Amino acid sequence: MPSPADEGRNFLPHKEILVIRSLRRCCFSLAVVAAMTLPAAAATQLTGAGSSFDYPFFSKAFYVYNQKNPDVTVNYQSIGSGGGIAQFSARNVDFGATDVPMNAGELTRAPGTVLQIPVTLGGAAIAYNLPGVTTMHLTRQVLADIYLGKILKWNDPQIAKLNKGVNLPDMSIVVVHRSDGSGTSYIFTDFLSHVSADWKSKVGTGKSVSWPAPSSVGAKGTEGVAGQVKSTPGAIGYVEMAYVVENNMTAVLLQNKAGKWVACTPDTVAAAAASKPEVSATNFSIVDSAAAGAYPISGYSWVVVYKKPTDRAKELYDVLSWLVGPQGQANAKSVDYVPLPRNVQEAAAATLRQMQR
Amino acid sequence: MENAGPQFRRVARFVSPADRGFAAIVYAGSILFALLIVGLFVELVLGSWPSIVKFGPGFIFSSSWDPITSKFGALPMIFGTVMTSLIAIVLAAFIGIMAAVFLADFAPRWLGQPLSFLIELLAAVPSVVYGLWGLFVLSPFMRTTLGPALQHVLGWTPLFSGPILGVGLLTGGIILALMILPTVTAISRDVIAAIPRDLREASMALGSTKWETAMKVVLPAARVGIFGACVLALGRALGETIAVTMVIGNRPEISSSLFAPSYTLASVIANEFTEATTSIYISALIELGLILFLVSMVVNALARLMIWSVRGSERV
Repeated sequence: MPSPADEGRNFLPHKEILVIRSLRRCCFSLAVVAAMTLPAAAATQLTGAGSSFDYPFFSKAFYVYNQKNPDVTVNYQSIGSGGGIAQFSARNVDFGATDVPMNAGELTRAPGTVLQIPVTLGGAAIAYNLPGVTTMHLTRQVLADIYLGKILKWNDPQIAKLNKGVNLPDMSIVVVHRSDGSGTSYIFTDFLSHVSADWKSKVGTGKSVSWPAPSSVGAKGTEGVAGQVKSTPGAIGYVEMAYVVENNMTAVLLQNKAGKWVACTPDTVAAAAASKPEVSATNFSIVDSAAAGAYPISGYSWVVVYKKPTDRAKELYDVLSWLVGPQGQANAKSVDYVPLPRNVQEAAAATLRQMQR
Repeated sequence: MENAGPQFRRVARFVSPADRGFAAIVYAGSILFALLIVGLFVELVLGSWPSIVKFGPGFIFSSSWDPITSKFGALPMIFGTVMTSLIAIVLAAFIGIMAAVFLADFAPRWLGQPLSFLIELLAAVPSVVYGLWGLFVLSPFMRTTLGPALQHVLGWTPLFSGPILGVGLLTGGIILALMILPTVTAISRDVIAAIPRDLREASMALGSTKWETAMKVVLPAARVGIFGACVLALGRALGETIAVTMVIGNRPEISSSLFAPSYTLASVIANEFTEATTSIYISALIELGLILFLVSMVVNALARLMIWSVRGSERV
């Protein structure tokens, strides 16, 4: 008979292998992180952190900038808006990026006066999955009622009334939302709060909220929501504009405040932004715009910098003013982002000029 | 085993400084481990203190999770974490032990070795890959095929009633089962292989078939080791994050149906930590981490107790 000690010992080799394996994995990931964060051999290295929404646009734009100005590189870490604000407030990075401007509390906690500059635009399309239904018209109120859980079936009279001649199936609506805190959720819930008093009082506006619909499902990331909608007949969900195009999804035509039926496209999102050139960090919401061609679920993404940066102020100013100017914004379209309208570009440049350099 | 320690020390004192140095390193290593655990616990308690003060024990029993109004409760997440891990360990233990018996006692060498290698390879697949596979393959399969089949047969129980969304407790449990299967199988195989040949030969000599030997002699002899494998696997299941997040449906709600969406402690943290801004929100998320830590500890302690009760007075 084996003694208990023998039996115990039999575990050891395997445990050791597991430990060695995980150590090896740690070393490897450390090396990768080091390789990514170590500065390249360049004269000036600017660092930024924050919103993952901005990441594809920033990668492209900063790459182009570096091609033109080889002595300046920008290292942007896509760690989420909350993390970006934290890193920026600790002065660990030269600039932060966030989908929702820093609020009063965050501004007082920051160690200096903060300038908040809009850098890019995004819109949330309402994607759906109904076999055989290729066009779907929804009013803002009906969309809000779906997300509130008041409308539960696709053949509900309120939906049928808007889609005459469409054969709507007797199918439950599966409401899909982002499970991770996100700027897209913020814009979408901001929109719902604007169009529905019920939503405003029961749920509210935020990056993460308590979703009331009984058949709601949370999916991680835009790709998660897109995947969930695509694989679930009867599902509806909000996804960033670019995803709908890239993934061949069908999206709802939404009736805007002016009564027009609009799809989520770069033009309709830009129209929403252009209707409010006086945008600022305290008055930034462009959802439910009254302009005729405006898509109602649109919003800005922001860069935050200190009015008096401790270091590299000149380079930082140059990069950012290029980014919000026509040349920087020209990179947005190639990665399916919406360039800032001309009047907003000018406003952003004016804010940026307050920076001491 | 109990008297081995003192003897070792006495010899070391007189004979070799190298032995003493080695002993010091070994001691330092284990003390470091203990310090790490204590440090982690202290850090979690400090971080979650504002939330503990504000919500008190009600945090554990409340079902609302609303960042807007700062009302936080962990009950649905505790439920989701324990349920998915239970489903996972039940499935993985059954399949894994059977596979281990096959690999150790039944498989011919040419088949057993490549199979073992493949199973260990499964352990190296990153969890996000499991998650994506779960989202794009398993959850549609659950919605169209497996779910309706289960509902057809077992739909009369509350466990398998309600709408099948594809994502939910059961899908999360199955993904977890796949992820912990290599741990259960590989360790159980090693434990079974280490059972002395004498036992098997004695059993065969008494006229048992190969099957009877495996089930009635080898497995009982290996039960403590196999149990250890399951505890190790369960630990991984409790803390697994990304793969589960992608298929669980992320809804903080307790439902009797295994098809319903649910939420786990680790998933909430992964989902919401990066964008959490108010301090009470962050503190509540850290308290979820503290609860996960405690749940893992309770589960491990229970497992330890079960091993003790199986082994009687022998302490492992």
